[in-house]
Amino acid sequence: MSTSIDLPVLTPKDFASDQEVRWCPRCGDYSILAQVKKVLPTLGIPKENFVFVSGIGCSSRFPYYMNTYGMHSIHGRAPAIATGLKVVRPDLQVWVITGDGDALSIGGNHFMHMIRRNVNLKVILFNNQIYGLTKGQYSPTSPQGKRTKSTPYGSVDAPLTPVSVALGARASFVARSVDVDIQHLCMVLERAAHHKGTAVVEVYQDCNVFNSGAFEFASKKGEKEENCIYLEHGKPLIFGKERDKGVRLNSQNQPEIVELGKGISEDDLLFHDEKADDPTLAFLLSQMRYPDSPEPMGVFRAIDRPTYDDEVNDQVREVSEKLGPASLEEMFNSGDTWTVA
Amino acid sequence: MSAVDAETNGNFRTTEQVDAVVIRFCGDSGDGMQLVGTQFTNVSAVFGNDVSTLPDFPAEIRAPAGTLGGVSGYQLCFSSSDIYTPGDEVDTLVAMNPAALKTNLADLKRGGTLIVNADAFGKSDLSKAGYESNPLDDEDALAGYRVHKIDMTRLTRDAVADLGLSLKEADRCKNFFALGLVYWLYDRDPSTTQEWVKTKFAKRPELVKANLAALKAGSDIGYSTQAFTVHYKVPPAKLPPGKYRKITGNEAVAFGLVTAAHVSGKELFYAGYPITPASDILHELSKLKNFGVRTAQVEDEIAAITATVGASFGGAFAVTASSGPGIALKSEGIGLGVITELPMVIVNVQRGGPSTGLPTKTEQADLLMSMFGRNGECPMPIVSCSTPGDAFDAAREAMRLAVEFMTPVFLLSDGYVANGAEPWKVPNISDLKPIDFKHTREPNGKDGQYLPYLRNDRLVRPWAVPGTPGLEHRVGGLEKWDVTGNVSYDADNHQHMIETRAKKVAGIADHIPEQPLEGPESGELLVVSWGGTYGSIRTAVQRAQRAGHSVSLAHIRYLSPFPRNLGDLLKRFDKVLVPELNCGQLRLLLRAKYLVDAQGLNKMKGKPFLVSEVYDAILQHLGKA
Ligand SMILES: Cc1ncc(C[n+]2csc(CCOP(=O)(O)OP(=O)(O)O)c2C)c(N)n1
Ligand code: SF4
Ligand SMILES: [Mg+2]
Repeated sequence: MSTSIDLPVLTPKDFASDQEVRWCPRCGDYSILAQVKKVLPTLGIPKENFVFVSGIGCSSRFPYYMNTYGMHSIHGRAPAIATGLKVVRPDLQVWVITGDGDALSIGGNHFMHMIRRNVNLKVILFNNQIYGLTKGQYSPTSPQGKRTKSTPYGSVDAPLTPVSVALGARASFVARSVDVDIQHLCMVLERAAHHKGTAVVEVYQDCNVFNSGAFEFASKKGEKEENCIYLEHGKPLIFGKERDKGVRLNSQNQPEIVELGKGISEDDLLFHDEKADDPTLAFLLSQMRYPDSPEPMGVFRAIDRPTYDDEVNDQVREVSEKLGPASLEEMFNSGDTWTVA
Repeated sequence: MSAVDAETNGNFRTTEQVDAVVIRFCGDSGDGMQLVGTQFTNVSAVFGNDVSTLPDFPAEIRAPAGTLGGVSGYQLCFSSSDIYTPGDEVDTLVAMNPAALKTNLADLKRGGTLIVNADAFGKSDLSKAGYESNPLDDEDALAGYRVHKIDMTRLTRDAVADLGLSLKEADRCKNFFALGLVYWLYDRDPSTTQEWVKTKFAKRPELVKANLAALKAGSDIGYSTQAFTVHYKVPPAKLPPGKYRKITGNEAVAFGLVTAAHVSGKELFYAGYPITPASDILHELSKLKNFGVRTAQVEDEIAAITATVGASFGGAFAVTASSGPGIALKSEGIGLGVITELPMVIVNVQRGGPSTGLPTKTEQADLLMSMFGRNGECPMPIVSCSTPGDAFDAAREAMRLAVEFMTPVFLLSDGYVANGAEPWKVPNISDLKPIDFKHTREPNGKDGQYLPYLRNDRLVRPWAVPGTPGLEHRVGGLEKWDVTGNVSYDADNHQHMIETRAKKVAGIADHIPEQPLEGPESGELLVVSWGGTYGSIRTAVQRAQRAGHSVSLAHIRYLSPFPRNLGDLLKRFDKVLVPELNCGQLRLLLRAKYLVDAQGLNKMKGKPFLVSEVYDAILQHLGKA
């Protein structure tokens, strides 16, 4: 993506469409929309080169509220649509907007394959652990036992951890943040925007109608510091209001919470390496889930890996150079021909 | 087979000139029958015969060897005059094992030539095919045929004996032995095949030698065996002058799509998921990268259609292809294409259904799915392919309608057209017209606004693509306000939009050719057909016309909308007969739309019509049977 000098200076307002935003009052989606509008003008990309592609769900209404190119598509398919678009138009910055049901239930297949191909797409997964638009059924990320309209006696399904799923599919970039943690979310979105390859950002999003308060542990001041570990590349994993706790690997190579001092220093802790080739540590971190343990937030992994759209287009270029300019004449006459006089 | 000219050749052999010959090679799936059938087709095409082919293979890659289920066949007709079908009856049957003999003998015509590999008729071979005794010993059963029992396995082993091949490798050459023999019998020049062998096995010189030796040994047997008393010549056909090549339907679809994009200054995007019999379209297109073709083998057919939608939104000429089961998966995505009014082509290479059905066999049972198989009122144009070569033009037409009318278009092919081959006259590049389209660059609204659903006089909306400053807009699957494209739940607008989308597609009738008639403008019987049945139906109609019957043919390429004169044509005949490889799907549409008492001839056997089946039905409907 090139920055041209005479680009008009854009502001968040430039990215607002003329459509009335129709989420429920106090829905977490508002905050995510606001942060995206803040981040886009900082990227030096002309407005017309952004495309937002979404599936179906409350969150997937997002493109209508952005004054960019966009497509509100069908349930679960945004990654595939965006893949087709990005392959033919590598010049565009394409964002995928999806929900926990959209990405991990009906669209699980596309989600996985987008990630393994490493299509250069920015993905925001609005995880409210519920089906919002269909009015409150449990989702593949709802905790076991969750009582919802479709699980009046509690769900018996084992949930997925989106970050683990992404890592398992060989994600080159995975991060997690929370809707109302404005600074952190902006930081993570900016990092995703600059990443080359599929950048998956899971955002804990409050659905205050059907799953209110599900992420208070990670959003409430005073609590989140105890419950979350904010990942920083190259830094030890320290958390707690007093920054007095940390994570280290025990003899079974499992993460274990320790108190600093009392013979344990920062050097004994696990140091976060988002660029590690081996995703094992990132995966271990992704498996640390509240309330069983404090939960890591931020960028789990950010590595360089060739992107699908580049590879497809490079191959087209290479083969074209090798075979020479396209000629219909040559194509028609491939194989055996004969002439009738 | 008519003996036009006979001359003696040496002291015991005559050469007969014949007009057309039907050969079928059959054997176990592992016997290489598709390969020799293709080689015979190539050699005959290059010689200048008209050819028509019918490959027929099992769905299993290797069913248990020697069993009835594992038999693979390749039938072809080559001729010195125009032909449209691979033939009803077989003149020469090559059977490589008992199972092949058992499943194919009934199609060999009385007096026809039967060539069998006698070495493959051992006890266990016989029992695998369910024979209790050796059919080659049953003189009564074989009485009406010219039978040649040849020890192909032994003779092939002898021919390659010095080349150091394993027994297994040596035995795999026996298809070339059989081919050599049939080349001799029909006076074919083997050089095209010899060249092919040299390129194909370039890395294994011993296999080049072996296959060439087997080919020659087969031919030598023909020459030296007293039993082959006749040797046939089929002179070249008098096709219109020009340069020709052999083409299959799948190749022609791929060529047509690439051509449509290329002459219009566009690059093609193709997304697909492998499925028989459509995969070869993906294979062909993925070779053509120097045309800028981007092919994506994606995770499923849903991804294929939706990636196609995405690419079309980005401004590409976008295509996906599949067969029945995959098309069923695409329904929701196609609906998205219809409501967003984006251009794309969806190719359906039909096969036997429902469900997995008969993957390798042909059928025409997806017409109603193409018309109606989506949720909501979801009209789409449908174009069909009549022959392998015709698929080139049909594919270009499908792309033209998609782009000119901003709509997904179905292109219907079938297993018979897709895998069948025929001579194809290489088109003149200057005859290939670009598709008329543009990407909107300027706002079309009053105050510099872009109105994505502001339509032209054909009700077609503009195609502005991302990256165009000032035309930022959103499309999607929710109902749109006409003109602005904003989401709308308004009752009247919804009715208006449904009617508008339908009108737009119906209006295409003014931009496609009128339905041509083959035969008199009116009369007793009109035969109406579509798709890959063209060859046999046309041949049957012509035969009936030559016999003095009052019958004409309307073979329809444009199934939605129908050509504007079709209703009028139907009225000019006393009776209408609609032969189809389904339970009567076109017939249902004709009856519904034109209130015509159309009758059907319906075959659902995974096989094309025989000419005789259609001919008999014509006579029956004329009251002449
Ligand atoms: C094919 C299909 N099946 C079902 C639906 C109904 N549906 C719409 S949104 C949705 C779930 C949305 O949940 P999620 O993706 O978590 O998004 P949220 O509304 O929570 O943001 C469902 C089941 C649909 N639109 N399409
Ligand atoms: S239902 Fe929940 S997720 Fe949907 S808009 Fe309302 S608060 Fe937001
Ligand atoms: Mg949700």
